[in-house]
Amino acid sequence: MTAALELKNIIGSHGQLQAIKGASLRIEKGEVAAIIGANGAGKTTLMRMIAGLHPCAGGSIALFGQDVTAMPAHARLKAGIALSPEGRRLFGDMSVQENLMIATENGRRGDWNLSTVCDAFSQITPLLARPAGGLSGGQRQAVAIARALIANPDVLLLDEVSLGLSPVAVDGVYQSLETLRGAMTMIVVEQDLTRAMKFATRVICMAEGHIELDGAPKNLTRAQITDAYFGIHKTAESAHA
Amino acid sequence: MLEAIIQGTLLGGYYAVLAAGLSLMFGVVRFINLAHGDMAVLGAMIALWFVQGAGLHVGLAIALTLPIMGAIGWAMQRMIFERALRGGFLIPILTTIGLGAALQNGMFGLFGSDTKSLGAYIGNLSWASWEIPGGIFIGKLPGYMFLTAILVLGAVHLLLTRTAFGRAVRATATDSEAAALCGIDARRVHRGAAAIAVALAGLAGIFLAMRAQVTPFAGPMLLIFAFEAVVIGGIGSLRGTLIGGIALGLAQSLGAMISPQFSLLAGHCVFLAVLAWRLLTGAAADRGGWRATITALVFHKSMLRGKS
Repeated sequence: MTAALELKNIIGSHGQLQAIKGASLRIEKGEVAAIIGANGAGKTTLMRMIAGLHPCAGGSIALFGQDVTAMPAHARLKAGIALSPEGRRLFGDMSVQENLMIATENGRRGDWNLSTVCDAFSQITPLLARPAGGLSGGQRQAVAIARALIANPDVLLLDEVSLGLSPVAVDGVYQSLETLRGAMTMIVVEQDLTRAMKFATRVICMAEGHIELDGAPKNLTRAQITDAYFGIHKTAESAHA
Repeated sequence: MLEAIIQGTLLGGYYAVLAAGLSLMFGVVRFINLAHGDMAVLGAMIALWFVQGAGLHVGLAIALTLPIMGAIGWAMQRMIFERALRGGFLIPILTTIGLGAALQNGMFGLFGSDTKSLGAYIGNLSWASWEIPGGIFIGKLPGYMFLTAILVLGAVHLLLTRTAFGRAVRATATDSEAAALCGIDARRVHRGAAAIAVALAGLAGIFLAMRAQVTPFAGPMLLIFAFEAVVIGGIGSLRGTLIGGIALGLAQSLGAMISPQFSLLAGHCVFLAVLAWRLLTGAAADRGGWRATITALVFHKSMLRGKS
């Protein structure tokens, strides 16, 4: 069966620094994967590479078998990959409604429209006429996710969902994301380990540009995750070598 | 005095159209097109060729020139500016300087160095006027030009605020990466913005050819006027550009009342005063406001040095 998203040995660099060192990953349709890892592990770079914002220096990315490696970000959205980026990146001078509608003009059709995203993210409805620049962190995150969703993607990427949000706001956002489960293939970058283990059907742990650990949360022990998170296993191997 | 204010305001419409393209390019594509004045002259020359060379009516010449200028803008963005922008900050500036020189010499080669004007082809419009109470005469051409400027800038404003293309332009100007994540191809948006900017420059050039005379080497002076109007009104806002254009026109018109030689200088003085004010208020804001800055200046200069 063709994977929803398949990364084969991808390499990503920031100048001289190699941030992603040959990562391979296969995400099935409907899967909810959480990418965890310490700061600098390469999580955001990986998401940006999948979305087409960061070039691949090697390897390939396929969406339902179609090679999208050379596609720029705007074309990847049309192909079916949407990213809610770190920092939300809303257009502050535009209203919330304009922020949402702008993502509907990509030509993709599906179940998601202004009405359905407002149903899924109920906190957005009273904000539609307000400028996006004046929203709170939780509201901005909800609008950013809704903006990615309204583009009717096949694969939804969510970078740093809970970063900078109050626990109440994080709860609200994850409650809305729960409604997408099963209907959407999702990859979530999450700093909160407990939240990631609870939400995802699969946890992928990155360290220093590598995928260190990959499995269902129920099959992974806390010690395994901690070791992979801090790259302890690798460090110990290096020390033995 | 009132007449000078009216004349200055009407002249501001011309400056606003001239400056709007420069402002749009900077606001969306994020670079300053130093060949903008030469583009305006090119628009004037093309319209003049249609009228003098092909014998077309002025209205038809304008209708043909504007889309041609738009196409030139699109092609320049596609073939020249896009590539130059990959080279960092300096390359696009050097490219537009070179482009300006090439346009000036190209127009010199094609059209000669003689001054040219559309004034002889617009009937009595170039000298006819309306008399309003108080014995004040308002030139019909400046009046129509101002009205056209308002309509054109209003149309561009509606395009930017009410259409999908306008949303894409504003999104790309705010954050081109986030715009790409919404499915917007920044390159197409930049080409569209360049087409509008160069068409606006062409219209300003035609206005100039109607109200005065043009030569192939008039571009750099027009660039200075456009730049001054943009800086006075604030970069990236069409309303600001209109206000900046009117302020520049008023300064020149009122300056001419003092002495005809003082006309252009008055405009430059207003530009420099606004620029200095912006720099000072920006610096004061960085240091905690005017009060803190003045207190530091008066009582302890080292406080200023210490904060910087």
